[in-house]
This record gives sequence, structure tokens and C-alpha cells, in this order.
Amino acid sequence: MYTLQVNGISHTVDVPGDKPLLWVLRENLKLTGSKYGCGQALCGACTVHLDGHPVRACVTPISAVGEQAVRTIEDIAYDAVGAKVQETWQNLNVPQCGYCQSGQIMAATALLTDNPTPTDRDIDEAMSGNICRCGTYPRIRRAIHKLANGGV
Amino acid sequence: MKPIFASLLLAFLALPQLALAQSALFQPIYEVLTHPRCLNCHTKTEFPRQGDERRRHDQLVMRGEDNHGVPTLHCSACHQDHNVADGAVPGAPHWGLAPLSMAWEELSPVELCQNLKNTSLNGNRSLDDLLHHMDEDALVLWGWEPGGDRTTPPLDHPEFISVLTAWVNAGGPCQ
Ligand code: FES
Ligand code: FES
Repeated sequence: MYTLQVNGISHTVDVPGDKPLLWVLRENLKLTGSKYGCGQALCGACTVHLDGHPVRACVTPISAVGEQAVRTIEDIAYDAVGAKVQETWQNLNVPQCGYCQSGQIMAATALLTDNPTPTDRDIDEAMSGNICRCGTYPRIRRAIHKLANGGV
Repeated sequence: MKPIFASLLLAFLALPQLALAQSALFQPIYEVLTHPRCLNCHTKTEFPRQGDERRRHDQLVMRGEDNHGVPTLHCSACHQDHNVADGAVPGAPHWGLAPLSMAWEELSPVELCQNLKNTSLNGNRSLDDLLHHMDEDALVLWGWEPGGDRTTPPLDHPEFISVLTAWVNAGGPCQ
């Protein structure tokens, strides 16, 4: 049995300790906004926040979560920065197929929270683990710069 | 060739070798410490390396100020305290890069040996502390259980500890 805080709500799940957080979110808690792309920390589609830090939920065993607060894309609109990121994403039509975008938004929100005026290099270092097979990178970068200039 | 010439030539040829002469006790240790499982995170670069080919870590992973990645891409975003995803993602406690003062890339055996012992570079560790660290530290031990199809250092861990003990008992000779 593991009790975890997800988006401010406490959940108790009866799962083996090595079950990845992603599958607890998707299967047990029916929070399917976080996507499965590779299962090996290679693509970033499953990015969620643990105490505000982006992590790859597909390789995070539920036993490693402990007391840390889990935040997923379902809740990011309730975060001041997250809400602006989503709004800008919509305004600039960033997504194409959308599959990678919940991970992109989680990564971008963490970046802009940590560093409201990231340089291109900061963006590269924070976002390169989030792969977009549709190649929306130019729009992602433009959106982050717009947010930085608009003041987050 | 006149004898004097011959001996001069010999001395000349021997000089560079003398300069490079290294402790036979340290050589097997050097071979372990420069194996990719150790060296890939004991880099002098601003990023870790991966694989036996020692390529730059994918995903533009960076060292960061505390050797544990940049604030928004910590090592622990992916690396757990044990190997996961059927060994595809390696992990061990306090996964991260060794500090730059402990970078071993491109050092000769003598240089590596001297740096290893230098308490201003090695985290203020005595020879006994080094032995203890390499005997018990979970991240060091990971090198011998790296998961997946990763190769391991040329000596197994007990053999490594016995050659390390012999070197420590001899006072840590480098030359
Ligand atoms: S699904 Fe987790 S990184 Fe690809
Ligand atoms: S929008 Fe399709 S994978 Fe990124």
C-alpha cells in the first residue's frame, strides 16, 4: 500500500513498489494526461512534477515517491505559471498531434518557474529531454521566449 | 657504434620511459578507474558520458552547479537509486557526476594516481578513506552491477579491493 499526494489529493493504492508512477497515475488514478512514449526515460512524454521538479514518471517506482507532492498536467492550470504556459501554448498553436505536449508543458512550467527569463541555452538544457516527433520545437521555443518577455 | 655513443643513446631512450614509469601496484587500479563505468561520470566535461564508446550523454544532460544536473533536469529526473526499466536506465544512490577536481579523463597513470591521493582534490580522503569509499560506496559498487548489457571493469570487485589494499598498504606509490 502506498499513499501519495497527487494534485493536492491524497490517494492510497495497493500496487507493488516497483510499479512506475506513470502507471499508477494512468491505471489506478485514471489520470491519463501524462503519456507513455518509451518507458525508458528517453522521450519525456510522461513528465510530471515531484515537489516542483520535473521527473520521468515512467521510470519512477512508486516506492520512490514517498511524501513528495506529485503534480500532473491535469492540475497545472491551477499553477500561476502553468496557466500562462497553457494559454501561450494555445495562442501560438504549439501542439501538432499533441502526444508530447503534456510533457512539454510540464517541463516548460518547471523551467519558467525556476528561471523566468531563460536564454536559448537554458531552454536547450531544460527541454532537450522532451522529444517531439512532430517537430514543434520552433513553436515551443517561441512560446517560452514570449512568456519570458511577457514576464512570468 | 662507439660505446660512449651507445650508452648516451640508451640513456636518451630510457629518459622518457623513466618519466612515465609508474607503480606496478597502481597499474591494475588505473585500468579499473579508467573503465567507462567509472570514467563516464569522472569526466572533465560539463556533461556526463555514456556507453563504452563514451559518447556525450543524450538529451543534452549537463553537469550543473552541484554535479547533479541543471535545476530543471536533475540526474534524479530519470536515475533512481537502483537500475530500473529492466536495466535500461541505470541507477544507484546519490547518482551524479564526480566533482571536476576528481576528473580522471586523459590523465596518465602517474597523474591519476597523484590526483587520487591529493587531499585537496579528492574530498580530503586519506588512503584508508579511499579504500573504504571504493569498498562500500553504493555508487562505486554500481560499476560492477550496472544492469542491461553494460560491461564491467577488468577486475571483479573483490579482486579490485585486494589490489587496492596492496597499494594502500605500500603507502600508495605512484611511481
Ligand atoms: S515515457 Fe517516460 S520518458 Fe518516454
Ligand atoms: S506534437 Fe506530436 S509529438 Fe509533439
